[in-house]
Amino acid sequence: MAIFNPIDIRKDFPTLEQKVNKHNLIYFDNGATAHKPKVVINSIQEYYTNKNSNIHRGVHTLSRQITEAYEQARVTVQHFVNAAFSHEIVFTKGTTDSINLVAYSFGKRFVKAGDEVMISAMEHHSNILPWMQLCEDRGASLKVVPINKAGEIKVEDFTKLITDRTKLVAITHVSNTLGTINPIKEIIHNAHLRNVPVLIDGAQAVPHLKVDVQDLDADFYCFSAHKMFGPTGVGVLYAKEKWLNEMPPYQSGGGIIQTVSFEGVTYAPAPLKFEAGTPHIAGGIGLATAINYINQIGFEQIEKYENELLNYAQSQLHQMEEVEIIGQSEHKAAVVSFIVKGLHPYDVGMILDKYGVAVRTGHHCTQPLMDYYKIPGTIRASLAFYNTFEEIDTFVTALKKAIKMLS
Amino acid sequence: MSIEENEKEIIDEFNIFGDDWESRYEYIIDLGKSLPLLSDAEKHDNLLIKGCQSKMWLKTYFDGTLMSIRADSDAIITKGMAALVIRVLNNHRPEEIVNAPLNFIDAIGLKEHLSPTRANGLTSLIKQIKLDALAYLSKGSSETK
Ligand SMILES: Cc1ncc(COP(=O)(O)O)c(C=O)c1O
Repeated sequence: MAIFNPIDIRKDFPTLEQKVNKHNLIYFDNGATAHKPKVVINSIQEYYTNKNSNIHRGVHTLSRQITEAYEQARVTVQHFVNAAFSHEIVFTKGTTDSINLVAYSFGKRFVKAGDEVMISAMEHHSNILPWMQLCEDRGASLKVVPINKAGEIKVEDFTKLITDRTKLVAITHVSNTLGTINPIKEIIHNAHLRNVPVLIDGAQAVPHLKVDVQDLDADFYCFSAHKMFGPTGVGVLYAKEKWLNEMPPYQSGGGIIQTVSFEGVTYAPAPLKFEAGTPHIAGGIGLATAINYINQIGFEQIEKYENELLNYAQSQLHQMEEVEIIGQSEHKAAVVSFIVKGLHPYDVGMILDKYGVAVRTGHHCTQPLMDYYKIPGTIRASLAFYNTFEEIDTFVTALKKAIKMLS
Repeated sequence: MSIEENEKEIIDEFNIFGDDWESRYEYIIDLGKSLPLLSDAEKHDNLLIKGCQSKMWLKTYFDGTLMSIRADSDAIITKGMAALVIRVLNNHRPEEIVNAPLNFIDAIGLKEHLSPTRANGLTSLIKQIKLDALAYLSKGSSETK
């Protein structure tokens, strides 16, 4: 394992090396999407330049080679989250798509009128709306577990709300707005004591921490490649084999059947049953390359360094009287949301952009959470391992200038 | 003054700033701070323009000849920008307002506020003002929206 040095790592990311509004770009919007290392970009280009072919179809050499590479990508993902089998890895378009798949297929098979689905108050709209839709379609009800002011879920609150009608718990691993790392292992354990399966929205977890779906005992685990230095348009649904076997297909079409006649079809086993149509082949290859890139650095170093970054950013912001950090959990990934008293997040974000600092402002697709804090939105700095302490200093200086201009 | 003359006046004022964005923004921010555009009592939810990151209220009035416009926002920059738009369009005939190209926003280097990703409501504000103007145009009698 090489010694971790962000200055060297930055050289792997071409987009980071640019000026925005005449300032060096400071990219603190990794929660929205992360930048791509050259190896990922090259792997995609290499696929289209030399390997292009469709998978699972042809007997010809190119098709066989790319099918192998695509299936190898599945194995890479399997090891990345430590799934028991590679056929428990379904390639999707992203987290939103993965959640919709489960809401549709699991919902169709298991959720009936009068049943309940449970989520938390800090979920991203992508982990709210599919369940609202499912509950509406089925005559089921959606239950929301509250959070405390620090932005944490109490395991007891979760357990208390589970009833005999609860069919599924869906909760985020890391909050995209607050950064909170939820105690999902305990939540899953408690839900399982009541025989309730659990879906984890891992979109904001996989770029920051080691995930082990077997250790967590998660039933479903969803994430997007683009937030973990891979391409957009591809994502993952991990699901325990037993669920995949029982769930009907999500979308219908080519690639998901064993035999088809007009009298009926026999579906291919998972994961192919859930992967109708030609997939994002280059995306799968790019995702595997991103995983190999992350593995080279190693989560041990990533977590340690990002923790230092987070602590530094939070301590700098703490020193500013007018700043209030939203989300004060002890257990956080490298995400800092804050408001500046008396100022609208939009105004602050606008001026920060002028100084080349890319943050996100607004409700971050978590409107119910903003209602809970009674704020219109926050300014969110979401960091990655290629960010530096110097960037945090520059950001804080820019923030001070912005506050001065706006006050 | 015509809409075009109003625009020309603003462009001339902004020319003084050259390409110094800080002065341009300070000007907008001061404008946003100094103008109480709508009183809190007037800020009804039915005046809200939807789909903006910041809140934006719009109230227009038509006296049978001229249309007057008032707007407000909880974000200062958005409010300052709204104040500029109002300065240009206020008290003109609905047909003039409907057809105003509003080139001044680009000319004073603030075109970024019209980008759809900004979600700041300036685009929505202008659209709603023009929609109100169209409605007045088709009815022709005095009215408040
Ligand atoms: C916690 C969380 N869940 C789900 C999503 C949706 O991910 P995607 O847009 O890649 O489907 C996001 C993206 O912002 C997220 O942060």
